This record gives sequence, structure tokens and C-alpha cells, in this order.
Amino acid sequence: MTRLPKKIKARARKPQPAEVSSDLWDLRLYVAGRTPKSVRALENLKRLCEENLKGKYHIEVVDLLQHPHRAKIDQIVALPTLVRKLPESMKQIIGDLSDTEKVLLWGGISSRNAKSSPAGTDGEGA
Amino acid sequence: MKPAKNNGKSGPSLHKCPTGIVGLDQITNGGLPRGRPTLVCGGAGCGKTLLAVEFIVRGATEFNEPGVFMSFEETSEELAENVRSLGFDLDDLIRRKKLAMDFVRVERSEIEETGEYDLEGLFVRLNHAIDSVKAKRVVLDTIETLFAGLTNTAILRAELRRLFLWLKDKGVTVLITGEKGNGTLTRQGIEEYVSDCVIMLDHRVHDQLSIRRLRVVKYRGSTHGTNEYPFIIDEQGMSVLPVTSTRLLGHPAATTRISTGVPRLDTMLDGKGFFQGSSILISGTAGTGKTSLAAAFAKAACQRGEKCLYFGFEESPAQIIRNMRSIGINLQPYVDKGLLQFHCTRPCLYGLETHLTIMHKQTEEFKPTVVVIDPVSDMETAGSVQDVRSMLLRLLDYLKGRQTTTMMTSLTPAGDSVNHSVAGVSSLIDTWISVHEIEMGGERNRGLYILKSRGMPHSNQVREFVFSNKGIELLDVYVGSSGVVLAGSARLAQAAREQAEDAASKQEILRLRTQAQAQRKALEAQIAALQAQALAQNQAVEHLAAQDQLRGVQGQADRTAMARSREADVAAPAVASPQRGRHL
Repeated sequence: MTRLPKKIKARARKPQPAEVSSDLWDLRLYVAGRTPKSVRALENLKRLCEENLKGKYHIEVVDLLQHPHRAKIDQIVALPTLVRKLPESMKQIIGDLSDTEKVLLWGGISSRNAKSSPAGTDGEGA
Repeated sequence: MKPAKNNGKSGPSLHKCPTGIVGLDQITNGGLPRGRPTLVCGGAGCGKTLLAVEFIVRGATEFNEPGVFMSFEETSEELAENVRSLGFDLDDLIRRKKLAMDFVRVERSEIEETGEYDLEGLFVRLNHAIDSVKAKRVVLDTIETLFAGLTNTAILRAELRRLFLWLKDKGVTVLITGEKGNGTLTRQGIEEYVSDCVIMLDHRVHDQLSIRRLRVVKYRGSTHGTNEYPFIIDEQGMSVLPVTSTRLLGHPAATTRISTGVPRLDTMLDGKGFFQGSSILISGTAGTGKTSLAAAFAKAACQRGEKCLYFGFEESPAQIIRNMRSIGINLQPYVDKGLLQFHCTRPCLYGLETHLTIMHKQTEEFKPTVVVIDPVSDMETAGSVQDVRSMLLRLLDYLKGRQTTTMMTSLTPAGDSVNHSVAGVSSLIDTWISVHEIEMGGERNRGLYILKSRGMPHSNQVREFVFSNKGIELLDVYVGSSGVVLAGSARLAQAAREQAEDAASKQEILRLRTQAQAQRKALEAQIAALQAQALAQNQAVEHLAAQDQLRGVQGQADRTAMARSREADVAAPAVASPQRGRHL
């Protein structure tokens, strides 16, 4: 969990990749402490991003135990919750992100995946 | 989990959290279970959210218990807007750190689920809100909305169970609202988790009249009223009518007597009038003076400096005042002084229960010692006979409980027996006065008698009662030889006739007496004459006797002289002669 603050700091550089918005995935993962579910979610997310969005993503982890007021601001109910800031979407995805297919579909992340993994072909044909 | 029963007011074994909602705290014997969750359920628009808001607002303003309002359906702004009309200023409470609001928005279309999750986010938010104002009260309105937003009900159920346990640990008093489900108290069976106290609200429409009711379905570890209690929502929020019929035995029985406002009627009631705190019914056909009697009673109360609340269902206050002035009962000064308060509505305006609740609320606010309901029979237009009876029972029970003397008037349909009046409420009535019309000789008059009056000797006579510009007067009626009651001009005629007869008989006596005297005098004269006659006769007899003796003496003397002259011998009885001569 010591990595978390670094990630949040990294987010401060956000304006830079914003210029190439279509190429950058800015993701925010809400957790509450280091629970098995949150650890699993973060692992799943990182693996997924490394596999499909290498160099084109940014993950911010928000620990609500330390920033409880953010739960209200961002309308968080369930945990873990993953929010897509860029490309902008209102839709949250909740859970431990174990269903890779679903996460990719939700994130609009498919092109790379389709090339590298045959399992993803049925997701996006174009 | 088996605390001793809470016996009325004394020694609450369970800590209660007063809601501050009029009546609800009475029904629940002090409020909701402190530190535990309470479920408020009911159909759409039944007032769940309002009850919840009032619980929070009253807690913050009256009991210094800050609260958290977590809404799942309305945004904080919408909610603040909606309850502003009820005088609740949520924004101000938020500014003063007495209230924290949080709108939880869960939209299924905006949530994708993958794998396991929990509701820790909700916990965090709630915890944060509670800590920010040091809340003692929490409302979750309506948490079941989560089931619409999230698909994994297994997780939801487990999490809700955890949430309630966690809230219990926090020691906050929680109120959860839930929409009524099909055959269940709530759609998702929340009642399964909230088992401490369940309150059900109901809003039904019967004969186009809406009635709101509240019922405490369960209350673990505490006694509570189990009936359905009507409630209203008005500009001051919610008020529940806590009237129960179980308190009947607890009524105090005053021995104080109060005037009826009609001196002669007081006389008929053992000379002292009604008992304080009793219920009085005045029944009668149309136009027999029921309202006038009620007005006289109200005026008498005001004259004693007591407060009177007058519920009118037929006339407006101005009309009552004008009409009563014509019979010398001026009520206006008492209205001005604030001793008399009118509350006039049409009976068909609300349902019975709502009427009852409003009357209860008005009574609580005005605190009268005397209440007039004129007429109670109009209530029958707002409900069935059975409903009216049940409503009156609770109303009278309540008024009795607070030692309020209640006078009700009741219109008896013409030609009906007197006992018909108001759905057989007789058993609830302590003093029943019947006014009826006496129609004869081409006119209509009013008669009054006391049908019953518990706990006092009372007159069984029918009195005629008449109006003058000095008020109401009761007069003796004449009962003719055939048993017919005479009233009005027949009474006057009878009075005149009796007076004439009276005078005539006096003259007759005088005449007879004179005659008798004359006769006696004549007889006396006769007696005197006869006595004189007898005396005269006697004298005559004596005279004759004397003469006779004289003659005898003379003869003797003659004979002696003759013998002397003849020188004859004499026997000499001459001694008596001088005596007899003197006697004569």
C-alpha cells in the first residue's frame, strides 16, 4: 500500500497526457484499506493494463479510509470501484475486476488485446 | 433480548429516542429504540420521507441530537425544497453543523459489475457524515433503492445485514424507510434485518376521502399501541393521533361541577350542573335549540375564565355569533379575549380520522377545559355508523383523559326514536339531554328533559324551554288531564284558565260562606224565637198555677170565715198560706 501515494502524485501530471486524450486511459480505483478484494482488483487492473495499454494508461488509487470525503464527491457506494476519467465515462465498474472481458469492454480497450490475444477477438471485430 | 415490559410512563427499561412527532412518542411510549434501527414502511406517498425528515429535524432542534440524512431517491436540494413548506430549514441546520446530508445515487445503467464487491463505500460515506456532525440519528431513505442499482442481491443482503450491525455498534438511532412490497412489509424484505421496531404507514382513500394511518407493527422490548392511528400532515409537519381505547380505565373522575349556562338546567341536575370532564350529549330534532344550549354552555365556561374550543360543522363562526346574539348570548367578547375559539369545517372535507386528528391537534394546542362539537351527527356523512362510533369513542376517551368537559349536539331525524341518535353512542355519554318539539294547537314548542345523568340525582320532569333576548329559560310544562304536555300558548291558555278557575272558586266559597252565615243567623233567630215562646208558655203555666193556688187559699179563707161565722170547728191548715202567697 506504500505505493498508493506515489500514484496519486503521478496523477498531478495529468495535463500532459490530456493532450493526447484518445491515446491515454486515466483510471481511478477506489478502495478502502488493503482488503483482499482491493488487492485483487488492483492486481487484475495492472495486469490488464500492462497487457493491453502498455504506456498508455495511468492508474490512481484512492483509499477512502484516508480520504473519506471523496466517497461522497465521486458517488462511491460499492468497493472496489473503478472510474474512467479518460476517455471520459459516467459508467463505473465495481468488483474485483476478475472478469477481464467485461473490464475491457467497459474501458473500450480492445484493439491491442484483439491482436495479442485470440480470446479477445469476439469482443471487437473492427 | 428480553427486557421487562415498559409499563406506561414509569421506569423505561429500554432507552427511547423521542421523535418529537406529535403523538408518535405517546404510541411508542417514549420514542424509537435508542441506538437501534427502526423501519418505517408504506406505499408510495404515504409520508415515510416526511416522518424521517421530521425525526431528524426535531432531533436536531428539540433534543440537540444532530443527524445524518442519507437519501437514495431525492437530492439534498430537492429534499430541502420539499420540506421547506413544512417549516423545516435544512440548509440552516447544515450550516449550524446539526445535519449532514448525503444523496447516494445508484444507477444501474452506470454500473458494471465484475466479481466480488462490498458496500464499504457506503459505510465510509455514512461514517464520514456521522463523524462530521457527531450525529446521534441517522436516516436511510430508501435504502432498498440499492437493489435496483446493483444486481448481486446476495452481496447486498449480506452487506445490509453488516450495515445494520455496524450502525448498532455506532450507537446511533437509525430510521430506515422502505416501500411496501407485495405481501411483505418492504419490497426486498428489509424487515428481516431490522427487527427492533417496525412502523407502517398507510394512505388510503375511502369514499373519495383520504385517510392516513400509522401502525406500530412491532416494537421489541417495549409495549406500544397496536391500533392503527390516524395522522395528518399539515404546515407544522406530521401529527399522529395517539388516542387509544385502552386508557379508559385510567380516567380520573372529578367531583367538581360546572354550570350548564342555564340556571334552571343546573337545578334539574341536582342543582349543580354537569360533572367536570364528563361527556354530554344534546340530541334532538332540527330547530330544537341544541346549538343554543351549546352556546350557553360555552359562554358559561368563558365567564368562569375557562377556555372553550367550539367545533362547528354546520355554521361559520360569524353566523353562530350573530345567531346567538339574538337570544342574548354574546360570544364575541370571549372570542376577542381568546377564551373562545371556533374551528368550523364541513364534515365532508376530510375523512373521519383526519377530523379526529385535527380536533385532537387543536385541543392539544388550545388546551381548552370545555369542548363543544356541534353537531356530531354530521360526521355520519364522512363515514359509516361504525366508524363514527369508533371515532367518537376515541375522541371522547381522549378528552376525558385530559378532563375536558365535552358537549356534543346530535341531530335526530324527525320521527325517529330518541335512541337513534349518533350511532348508539349512549354508552359513552354521561349526561344526555333530549330536546324535542311539542307540536299542538297549531304551534311548535320546545321541550327538554334529562334522559340520563350518571352519578347525580336529576329531575325527571319535562321542561319547556323558551328563548328570549335574555337567554334560555326553562319553564314548567302543564300536563293536561289526558296526560298531554301543554306548552307555548296552550300553556299560557291553560295558565289563564286555571287562574280564572281559581278566582271563580274563591268567589263560590265566599258566596257559600255568606249563605251559610245567613242560614245560621236565621236558625239562631228561630232558636231564640222558640226559646222565647217556650219561656212565655212556661210563664203562662206558672201564672195559672199561682192563680189556682190563690184561688184555693181564698176559698179556704172564705170557708174559715164562713165557719167562723157559723162558729164551726176548723182543722187549721193555715200555716202555709202566707208562704205561698209570697211565692206568687
